[in-house]
Amino acid sequence: MADQAHNAQPSSVDGQTRRDFLLYATTAVGVVGTGIALWPFVHSMNPAADTLALSTTDVDISAIKPGQSVTVVWRGKPVFVRRRTPEEIAAAEQANVSELRDPQKDSDRVKKAEWLILVGVCTHLGCVPLGQKPADPRGEFGGWFCPCHGSHYDTSGRIRKGPAPRNLAVPPYQFTSDTTVRIG
Amino acid sequence: MSEFKSNNKVVNWIEDRLPIFSMMQHSAIEYPTPRNLNYWWNFGSLAAVMLIIMILTGLFLAMNYAANTSLAFDSVEHIMRDVNYGWLLRYLHANGASMFFILVYIHIFRGLYYGSYKSPREILWFVGIAIFLAMMATGFMGYVLPWGQMSFWGATVITNLFSAFPVVGDYIVTLLWGGFSVDNPTLNRFFALHFLLPFVIVGLVVIHVWALHTVKSNNPLGIEMKGPQDSIPFHPYYTIKDLYGIGLFMMVYLAFVFWAPNFFGEPDNYIPANPMVTPTHIVPEWYYLPFYAILRAFTMDLWIIPAKLQGVLAMFSAILILFALPWLDTSKVRSAKFRPLYRQFFWLFLADCLVLGYVGGKPAEGNLVMIGQICTAYYFAHFLVILPLLGKIEKTKALPASISQPVIKAAALGIMILVGLAGFTGQAQANEGGEPLKTPEGGFSWEGVFGRYDKPTLKRGYQVFHDVCSACHSMKLVAYRNLAEIGFTADEVKDFAAEKEVQDGPNDEGAMYARPARPSDRFVPPFANEKAAQAANGGALPPDLSLMAKARNHGPHYVYSLLLGYEDAAPEGHPIPEGKSFNHYFPGNAISMPMVVNDDIVAYADGTKASKEQIAKDVVTFLNWAAEPELDARKSMGTSVMVFLGLLTALLFALKRQIWKDVH
Repeated sequence: MADQAHNAQPSSVDGQTRRDFLLYATTAVGVVGTGIALWPFVHSMNPAADTLALSTTDVDISAIKPGQSVTVVWRGKPVFVRRRTPEEIAAAEQANVSELRDPQKDSDRVKKAEWLILVGVCTHLGCVPLGQKPADPRGEFGGWFCPCHGSHYDTSGRIRKGPAPRNLAVPPYQFTSDTTVRIG
Repeated sequence: MSEFKSNNKVVNWIEDRLPIFSMMQHSAIEYPTPRNLNYWWNFGSLAAVMLIIMILTGLFLAMNYAANTSLAFDSVEHIMRDVNYGWLLRYLHANGASMFFILVYIHIFRGLYYGSYKSPREILWFVGIAIFLAMMATGFMGYVLPWGQMSFWGATVITNLFSAFPVVGDYIVTLLWGGFSVDNPTLNRFFALHFLLPFVIVGLVVIHVWALHTVKSNNPLGIEMKGPQDSIPFHPYYTIKDLYGIGLFMMVYLAFVFWAPNFFGEPDNYIPANPMVTPTHIVPEWYYLPFYAILRAFTMDLWIIPAKLQGVLAMFSAILILFALPWLDTSKVRSAKFRPLYRQFFWLFLADCLVLGYVGGKPAEGNLVMIGQICTAYYFAHFLVILPLLGKIEKTKALPASISQPVIKAAALGIMILVGLAGFTGQAQANEGGEPLKTPEGGFSWEGVFGRYDKPTLKRGYQVFHDVCSACHSMKLVAYRNLAEIGFTADEVKDFAAEKEVQDGPNDEGAMYARPARPSDRFVPPFANEKAAQAANGGALPPDLSLMAKARNHGPHYVYSLLLGYEDAAPEGHPIPEGKSFNHYFPGNAISMPMVVNDDIVAYADGTKASKEQIAKDVVTFLNWAAEPELDARKSMGTSVMVFLGLLTALLFALKRQIWKDVH
């Protein structure tokens, strides 16, 4: 753009410098301003305040017997609450951590050994693994089995076989009493 | 025009297959533009910018909006309260609609003044009218989407226009509604069309610009460019001038968005749509008011044409007559600069349109009816009598030989017109009760450019609401978690919520159960439903208070006055029905709510003396926060944005002067 006016009417060198400075300054301010103005549009697509506020779920665990599982909804996703049997706990604790794809001790994944609480979403591509109902296949390691692409999880929810890269996630939770858990 | 040449191989490769670079050079860079365009020629590009802003904000609003009669109103409030920057998007969009019309009206009147519709620019003019019509349809349907009272009744009245046509009218209306009244199918299709039409407008704008580039711009002198000495390349001269205009315009536009976002709106639209009750004074948005006045000007049946049909036909004709304008104006001279008589009539016509707008915004009563009729008659006379005659009798001034002399006018004039146009939208803002409204001593803290909410006042206000108002009134749009924003701690918020129970479930046995409310719950209403609320309050429904401060004219001052406006006994000559109280500020004076605000009805936790003025001020502050929780954030952002725009516009102005200095 500088060329045309320059060709049309030769300006002094001084005027040209001044004009270049103005052009660059204005462009810089304009570009920065436009960039900042786009942020509200992008941020409006992030979770809204009411969505964020709905981020806890209370679960009554008094009726769950050893070996049983329940599935509850937290942030629109299934959360598995399993009351593990002594055998399941033993199996989880005896696994050789160093051989795991995503090495993690069972004790780091539970607050009370009896209660295993996991986000029920396969870390491969987001399907819900089977293993909550008594009749479900639980995979080769007695935990969960994802039917979409064949990932096997153990009784600690750790990935043992198949394409998934990570263990089933442990959501933030706390025992608010002996019979209730608050997830989130 | 020079041939497009480039040394860049990639550019040439693309150019050989899609001549996009030569097209840009031809139509956006070299495009020869009259060197004497004044600032009135900025409004076309401004309108284009506005269209882009409308599409962009509209797109992101649509991501959060629910086009269903049971969800629409709340989803808009969800955007205002919970969606990140949702209030900004919505206020940009709502005020953007008004700005778009202001810009386009100025653009149209510029065309009228300088004769831009005359040969060879007729098709350019037609496409412009088509854009205007599409804008009106889009604006109307967009106004229906929030599903407030004005949305609903606006939709009802405007769709009923078509019932005026004989025989087919009623069928057309049923077809438009998709039912027997404005209802969910209507809302759904209006949303779909409101999304579609802006893209139709984009297409029309492309044709508009195509036609423009074929016949080239008109100019203030109204004579054609005769050679290179009369024109300058569009870039950089008009790109920088348009950008400077955009900077100025954004400051005006955003001043409304950040400090008076509801200036162009109607308080009634913050009341959810109610098909059983029409608001006492319904008006369309300001930009339809002149046409609304023409619609109402016909009151007598003539021969076989009933008044209703006359009004509808006249209203449509008022726009369609613009298509005939290139032939109705018989003068060979374009610009009003050289038409001394036409110039006078131009201003008369503008004044006539403004008066029509004023009349359209007032109730159809008394003298206004006649004024509206006279102005309507003049509107058509301007086109059908004055313009054809003027061309024959007017002695035009001598046209200059060429346009190489510059004519530049001040941008301040544009802003004056903006403010003037905005002025007549202040219709029906006066308090109808007649008594001047009360204001607390020292005013409300949040008023004015830099005013903010005062947290101790808000907390006291919540206490009044909690101890007194909430016994009868709901506040369904506010959640307990929101109380953290006015200074309550997380534990206090939990305690406030836990006082109430909400129904939840079903549990594993399939039974519904009650649990204490949580911070994420919205304020629990005092009654199970509206009927229960009515039954417990002598048949009168205590209105929801979430939006009260925005849903009445002069909301906060009105509510403040109302709370303090009771008389123990009705004055002489103002009989009040049994069970009602006398209030100076309530329309009709008979109010079902008893006098509740009195000295010491609450014992403030912070020890403030609870005089009734103090209580009213505190609770109104709280109500205003409930209605406009974003106010503090809005004004803070507004201040930064204005400082930034001031800097940017100053730079653009300096750059523009630098670029233009050799031309002047």
